[in-house]
Amino acid sequence: MKFRKERLDRGIKARCEDIFALSSYREILYLMFPRVLPVLVLLILPLLKGVIGLYWEKVLMNTCIIALLALSWDLMASVGLISLGQALFFGAGAYITGFLNYTFKLPPILTIPLGTLGGAFFCTLLLLPVLRLRGVYFAIVTLTLPLLLARFIETTKILGGTEGMSALSPLPNIWVELYVPVFALLICLFGFRRLINEDYGLVLQGIRDNDRAVMSGAINIYWFKAQAIFIAGVAGAFAGAFMTHYSQVVGMAAFAMDYSILPLTSAVLGGVGTFAGPTIGAFILNPLSESLRAFGSWRVVFYSAILIICVVGLPEGVFHYIRRKYHQFERMVDVG
Amino acid sequence: MLDKMEDKTLLKVEGLTKNFGGVAAIVKVSFELQEGELLGIIGPNGSGKTTLVNLLTGFVRPDSGKVIYRGRGITGKMPYKIAELGIARTFQMVKPFYQLSAFKNLIIPLYSSRVKKLRGGKYGDRDDVAIDLLEDVGFERDSFVPYKVASSLPHGYLKRLELARCLALRPDLLILDELFSGMSMSEVASTLPIIEKLNAEGLTIIMVEHRLKELFRIAHRVIALNFGAKIADGLPREMMENEAVKAAYLGSEDED
Repeated sequence: MKFRKERLDRGIKARCEDIFALSSYREILYLMFPRVLPVLVLLILPLLKGVIGLYWEKVLMNTCIIALLALSWDLMASVGLISLGQALFFGAGAYITGFLNYTFKLPPILTIPLGTLGGAFFCTLLLLPVLRLRGVYFAIVTLTLPLLLARFIETTKILGGTEGMSALSPLPNIWVELYVPVFALLICLFGFRRLINEDYGLVLQGIRDNDRAVMSGAINIYWFKAQAIFIAGVAGAFAGAFMTHYSQVVGMAAFAMDYSILPLTSAVLGGVGTFAGPTIGAFILNPLSESLRAFGSWRVVFYSAILIICVVGLPEGVFHYIRRKYHQFERMVDVG
Repeated sequence: MLDKMEDKTLLKVEGLTKNFGGVAAIVKVSFELQEGELLGIIGPNGSGKTTLVNLLTGFVRPDSGKVIYRGRGITGKMPYKIAELGIARTFQMVKPFYQLSAFKNLIIPLYSSRVKKLRGGKYGDRDDVAIDLLEDVGFERDSFVPYKVASSLPHGYLKRLELARCLALRPDLLILDELFSGMSMSEVASTLPIIEKLNAEGLTIIMVEHRLKELFRIAHRVIALNFGAKIADGLPREMMENEAVKAAYLGSEDED
């Protein structure tokens, strides 16, 4: 007798992807579980400071920041704008925040929101002329912009030049340091997921799939792209604004390639276009990178090897894989 | 009398010319389109039909010439501005929003400010409007078809989805770029009445088409293009006898 593995979708979807027919608490639980679990984990982790230690709490915070940048990357990708320069958002947010605190002595409660909005606005203006570019051409521009701004600061010696601006106000306490990024991440994650499935988000996805058809639908795609960059910019610039006050210093490192590459690898590993994917990606890669520190110089080698194995093994992304497995059940059927 | 005639002119094209790097795609094409008319545009492959559509809808800028819509020059305007004025077009190569379900495809034009204006500043529930539109173009309302992801729909449905995408804008002028290409005989047979009905309700339509038999049955007037130039303009039945048109399609004796 031969057996074959049969995969079936769980029958709770009615007609289309986003309408569910629920008939029991069990099914409600089935739908809620994957959404509630990460929220609970993220909210509880900071409370376990005594158990997992301050070092790993800092890793959690850092991971949230990278995840924010990854979400920002994914939102732009949802409109078809492939970015290689999330550092642009990070740096713009960081520098505006630092400048306001350093020069005008504004408190973090003001500088972080101002840096977030100002950074997003500045980046949107900077990218306006290249909204017409697509694919790799847009990517190249975003790759060079953070490098350009860093060198600009270096040569003109504005904003502290190579030294940067230091002795900035610290954040009030450890709870603010831990919970603000966690809340920001949760708001962005669920907010973006909601946004992309609204009618507004459908227009954004339409631009990614076929911008000519959207144009012939009497919609100004450049206006929508600019809005998407602003929203993505808010997430990215917030990350920079927060880190400025956390580290109490802002310098050219805010435009470093790390902030462009890490969100990108997180998104690719986790699964592009789902927002949950890039978040999961960040939560895999960042702690992994930290735990490999003991290996010294081998760290990058191991890190890269694991990254390559993951991407080759699960080209669709970790999240897509998990979701597929969760929504299907498998059974063996007799085929002869 | 003359004034009244002027009023009925919806679209006026004057000496439209476009070269693509030395290749003349459209050469001094002029024509007028009356409100309520169903105009067919025919021509052999590469005769410039799609380029003409692209010129009319702003996807390509002309080298010279004018396009006047309702007395306003729209030459060189952005495609979305032209669509906003009420000129909707289908694309020859259907490329729907593959990852969205069929009815969600229509949400995008329904999101435009033109639709908002026409519906009195209110959007209402776009999903309902979208399902209605799909029913109009022959999607079975109570089946799963309108809810299927666009990437899983057969070609004939995609073509009609493309038509529905245009109708969502409530256009004043509908330009169909080879709507029937790739459709089966039965799909054409079921789509023809939809177009006739739209035209009977007063919608002005330009049909670029290769299926001459079906086109000649419903078109009021036909323009023939060859090598980017207008070679004939008249009633459908005149086209069958027109020597220039015959030569263009079958090749005349003096050109090899």
